[in-house]
Amino acid sequence: MYLNYKKNLFQCYLKHKYFYGGNKNMLPAVDYLIVPDKGDPYLEGHKCNVCGAMFLGERTVCSKCFARDKMSKVKLSNNGTLYSYSIVYRSFPGIDVPYISALVDLEDGGTVKGNLINVEPDPDNVDFGMKVKVVYGDALGRKDKDGNSYMSYFFEPA
Amino acid sequence: MSDVYVLGVDMIKFGRFPDRTVPNIGAEAALMALDDAGLSIKDMQAMYCGNLGQANAMVGQRILQEIGQTGIPVVNCANACATGATAFREAWMSIKAGMYDVVLAVGVEQMGKGLLGGAGGGDGIPKEGLLGSGTMPCVFAEAGMEHASKYGTTFEQFAKISVKNHHHSTLNPKAMYQIETPLDDVMNAEMISYPNTKLMCSVNVDGSAAAVLVSEKKAKELGMQRAIKVRASALASDPYTDRDLVMPDVNACTRIAVKDAYEQAGLGAEDVNLVELHDCFATAEMLHYENLGLCKDGEAGMMIDEGHVELGGKIPVNVSGGLLSKGHPLGATGIANIYEVCSHLRGEAGKRQVEGAKIGMTHVIGLGTACAIHILEKS
Repeated sequence: MYLNYKKNLFQCYLKHKYFYGGNKNMLPAVDYLIVPDKGDPYLEGHKCNVCGAMFLGERTVCSKCFARDKMSKVKLSNNGTLYSYSIVYRSFPGIDVPYISALVDLEDGGTVKGNLINVEPDPDNVDFGMKVKVVYGDALGRKDKDGNSYMSYFFEPA
Repeated sequence: MSDVYVLGVDMIKFGRFPDRTVPNIGAEAALMALDDAGLSIKDMQAMYCGNLGQANAMVGQRILQEIGQTGIPVVNCANACATGATAFREAWMSIKAGMYDVVLAVGVEQMGKGLLGGAGGGDGIPKEGLLGSGTMPCVFAEAGMEHASKYGTTFEQFAKISVKNHHHSTLNPKAMYQIETPLDDVMNAEMISYPNTKLMCSVNVDGSAAAVLVSEKKAKELGMQRAIKVRASALASDPYTDRDLVMPDVNACTRIAVKDAYEQAGLGAEDVNLVELHDCFATAEMLHYENLGLCKDGEAGMMIDEGHVELGGKIPVNVSGGLLSKGHPLGATGIANIYEVCSHLRGEAGKRQVEGAKIGMTHVIGLGTACAIHILEKS
């Protein structure tokens, strides 16, 4: 019990560190998550200047209007609404269940998929269109084969 | 361009055959289809083979190594769960193009058990359970929940689809399972990805199906009594839609393909007597009642509530038992559902016969995304 308490304290410390500027040595879990050396992490979209379509990840051609070399990087909003979801009870070995897999429409464009956290995973507690915010934190302790730590993003009720 | 007919078509009883090879399972259906057509491998001018699990391993040629090596052109196709239908369509096109008069299409798959899909791969760390889930039950649950959000579709309505298809399968000796699953059983089964319980997920099985396609000239020469006319063959990929990159859009793709299919056939949904559609999950079947025009948008829940999609209903859907109970051997599914529709059009479907069926439709979705639709007619 005491050990658990110590462990929780340590995790709080880690969380604090990640949230307040200690991003060094944290790699982004996906290429559309930007983790600057200083300042807050954010999600990045690539927007077509011709038709306005929003993509995640760098690209040169718009698959909606076919324009070439008209993409601009944009900082995506941390505010959004829940579009759809599922509650996952069976996943691959080693993955904690249940969790909420959520699709979120961000303000000013872009849809991203991720875990909705800090909500009891029960359909009664999840509402279509509910306001959520994007939060950033350690990628559930997952490390790559070289032992690197990763930062990821999550959704939580706004 | 010549009309194209299915002269022979068959499928093996789906099951689990861990001691057999993929070509061996495919060869069995190929021989059954040849027998059904009353033809020999010597008569085949080309072969199109659909298989996903060994897409790089020349499955078509290895089938011919089991049943007869005649030197004909063989093309191996992979198109996710639309693989078998794509092989069938390639065969159809080769006859349409005037290249051949008699062509063999085979679909085969040997599956492991367990979850399919899952985000991840590539560098870094696994993304499954970190950035939502890429497992198939979840991806199709999210598509179903989009419908729930728009129209108030309920868990119970999704579950009723599984009750229906499992009931249908009790009438199909070639289905993997012939077991009734009452609503309580479906809703109380292990929850995999809400709202899909285990009984609302398709069954991973091994299986094969094959068809012999012929030109009109050849059909007339060989006898039209059991020939089935291919009125339409349509294939579509996913168009750009706003959320497609994070939420594969099986709706838009199906709507493109079905519009094309109805135009080719000069028919509408009201002319179709039965449909075999891609019920990889109960949530998926719900979407396709609307996508295929069987009802208006927002009416899918009513279609299952009122029994319109049951055997004996207005437009029976998945009377074979569907992927939910007949089973879903990915590469074979597209031809197996063509076999099912042909059986009804021939009046040979036994206890599950849709009485008086003249026009039938098949539909498959390969996530990523491909949609293949065929409209078949009794000749």
